[in-house]
Amino acid sequence: MVKKLPEVEVLTVGAGWAGGIVAAELTKAGHQVLSLERGSERTIEDFLHSHDELKYGQKKELMKPITSDTVTVRNNEKQDSRPLRNIINHPIGTGTGGSGVHWAGQTYRYYPYDFEIKSKTIERYGEEKIPEGMTLQDWGITYNEIEPYYDKFEKMAGISGEDSKFTPERSNPYPTPPMKKTPAMKLFHEAAEKLGYHPYVQPSGNLSQAYENPDGEKINACQYCSFCSEYGCEYGAKSDPIVTVLSTAKKTGNHEVRYNSYVKRILHDGKKATGVLYVDLRTGEEFEQPAKIVVLTAYTLNNVRLLLLSEIGRKYDPVTGTGVIGKNLTDHHNYAGASGLFDDKKFNLYAGSGALGSSVSEFEADNVDHTNLDFIHGGVIALTQTGSPPITRNPVPPGTPSWGREFKKQSLHYFNRSLTVMTQRGVMPWKHNFIDLDSVYKDDFGDPLIRMTWDYSDNDRKIHEFMVEKCSEILKEMGATTVIPGGMAEHWQAFYVGLHLGGGAIMGADSETSAVNSYLQMWDMENLFVCGASAFPHFGTTNPTNTLGALTYRATEGMIEYLKTGGGLLVERENTKQNV
Amino acid sequence: MVDKGTRNEKNIPVNQEVPDSSRRKFLRNTGMVTGGVVGGAVLGGFLGNPFKTEKAESTTTKPVEAHGSASHTEAMQFFTRKEDFDTLAAATEVIFPEDESGPGAIGLGAPYYIDKQLATPWGRNIDDYRKRPFADGATPLTRGDIMIQGIRKLNEVSQVKHKDKFKQLDEEKQIEVLQAFESGEVEMTLVSSAEFFATLRQLTMEGCFADPVYGGNKNMEGWKMKEFPGAYMSYADVIESEEFVLKEPKSLSDHM
Repeated sequence: MVKKLPEVEVLTVGAGWAGGIVAAELTKAGHQVLSLERGSERTIEDFLHSHDELKYGQKKELMKPITSDTVTVRNNEKQDSRPLRNIINHPIGTGTGGSGVHWAGQTYRYYPYDFEIKSKTIERYGEEKIPEGMTLQDWGITYNEIEPYYDKFEKMAGISGEDSKFTPERSNPYPTPPMKKTPAMKLFHEAAEKLGYHPYVQPSGNLSQAYENPDGEKINACQYCSFCSEYGCEYGAKSDPIVTVLSTAKKTGNHEVRYNSYVKRILHDGKKATGVLYVDLRTGEEFEQPAKIVVLTAYTLNNVRLLLLSEIGRKYDPVTGTGVIGKNLTDHHNYAGASGLFDDKKFNLYAGSGALGSSVSEFEADNVDHTNLDFIHGGVIALTQTGSPPITRNPVPPGTPSWGREFKKQSLHYFNRSLTVMTQRGVMPWKHNFIDLDSVYKDDFGDPLIRMTWDYSDNDRKIHEFMVEKCSEILKEMGATTVIPGGMAEHWQAFYVGLHLGGGAIMGADSETSAVNSYLQMWDMENLFVCGASAFPHFGTTNPTNTLGALTYRATEGMIEYLKTGGGLLVERENTKQNV
Repeated sequence: MVDKGTRNEKNIPVNQEVPDSSRRKFLRNTGMVTGGVVGGAVLGGFLGNPFKTEKAESTTTKPVEAHGSASHTEAMQFFTRKEDFDTLAAATEVIFPEDESGPGAIGLGAPYYIDKQLATPWGRNIDDYRKRPFADGATPLTRGDIMIQGIRKLNEVSQVKHKDKFKQLDEEKQIEVLQAFESGEVEMTLVSSAEFFATLRQLTMEGCFADPVYGGNKNMEGWKMKEFPGAYMSYADVIESEEFVLKEPKSLSDHM
């Protein structure tokens, strides 16, 4: 028996960054918001005894157990899929604050080029620059349109940072000054400048100084304790939803978070969402929760899975390239670069924070002329100092075995004498990389798991080769005795695919080729909003949080407008020019 | 070479210092005590509570033996045959051997750590996706199953190749046997020998470098060898330091 509950105005599926932003903005505007969160309640008090690499770094204490639902993966449609069975390969945040609790805090913006990537690529290089099968498309929004919302997210989170020649233009300075520069970062700056680059201290959600945000939330100053990414911050010095947006929403008295509540379906009549069907994971009881508007703010893949399971929107067909739900899957987890061993230098690598580091942006987006480069987009270069976990970090010279006497000797010696200059690549979408429902593997309720079909492209390989060389050059200039260029597997292995995934419910100006408009409102269901990196038509070089936060802030304006005017699409359909 | 400043001090007197001083200093530095830069709203919930209670102080000033001496916690929770445990111990020591820089896996308590871990829900893969079919080389065995089978196989292979038990072999032969497992050459049931070896290696590293609360990294000797300070609350004092700062390690027990 499904128990029907009284209607709420706004319902969010999940209570992470996106759910928290929706909750804060809508409750401040006087609306009632209910967040259904599958995990349990957490406060920063839970993080006080968490400086524990085994529990958090290895056993993924803050992540959702994958007993019931994981994802399945394959490289192409001809292969059988396999489920990722070990949580270490699929660590997705859960509970209050979701993945916003364990994020590192790197808060880059995407570039004007990113938002109009197809138009700008054609404009500068011609149609033929885009290879066959690369399903590049504009985002339906320009940088100037999203800029105020980047500004809003950064002010809410108190982001620390500084500008550089190649970083996107800002309407306001960073809310707090950049983080401290470590000797390793200084070395990177000197080397990069010698090579003619414009290095800068990267934007950080671990704050350089104490800060009060426009909502009156207070964020502390980072202690550089290094238990940061994959950990919750016990000082409230890392901006997370718990100490910011969820706290703001709570103070209004208009927000309820209902825990252990797992949403199975979006209920709808074909035209509008009527609410959701969810189950109390403790008792197994099912509930129908009606809502005026439903906002999907779960993880990228779970947003898409709910749309597919609920049969909303046109399913993507990789053969014809038509349909939208599941389209343009991108996997950003392809960190590479080069490592350097320093025989005559020793660094305090045990100290650091999740977003402490310095970057070079010369080769991102279209910052460099691509006329003679055989790839689209590029990579950010960064030297980060995020702590040095002793179980997993064992730097050794090439050719050293991974265990035994020589391994012990070398890994102890280089533990504080090695640095990595890494790159994160932009990831372009392809016709054959997509999301659908698995045909074999199911969850505890008998519902099919999400299946990812994805592999590297030549574009990825060429960026990799190009960027690894740049990283190696910087390390040499820094004085590394040995430089070890990072490799790239021939095929995507789906290890640690968690987190940085994009696409599946992408945004755009054309309702034929996108699932949501620039307010993240479903073209095919006007009171359903889908917030998250699921909206990214491609993945920029850097971490997704700032962009998904900015898009969600903009979406909340659309939601408020929608509730005020009582319905309709917030953006005209480009293809049909149908009026609101 | 690794600096050896503190390596041979077997009994670091962490429990003899005034345990709260560093935390008080930290609180002062961050304005958490004075309330200075940060208002009460965010931090009020835990300010003063876990760091400053009477109970916390009295617990941390007790001598270490009051928590139970090492010998009482060093017994088998997971393994049922002493021979399996001894074989495991010998294998971990080959992976991380004692040398001039300090203890190996046995000296660090890694075998007891592994036994304890396999006895937890993790050893039974309780948070993993376990639904069938297990295709394409995926193993239906639990980590505990894999370790027991692999350890017994170590002895089997040693007997066949070298006519003795694994732990009796000299190091060179032990390395040879482990390499055969690592490369996946050894036939095992429902799991590859490479997967067993990867699990064994990972557990050994954890036993050497995880917080001592889990039974390994005895006396934080693993961290001392890596000059890793453990569970400090703040490094604001060293983050900009041009010199390497060697810090006396602290474990999670220091936060109680």
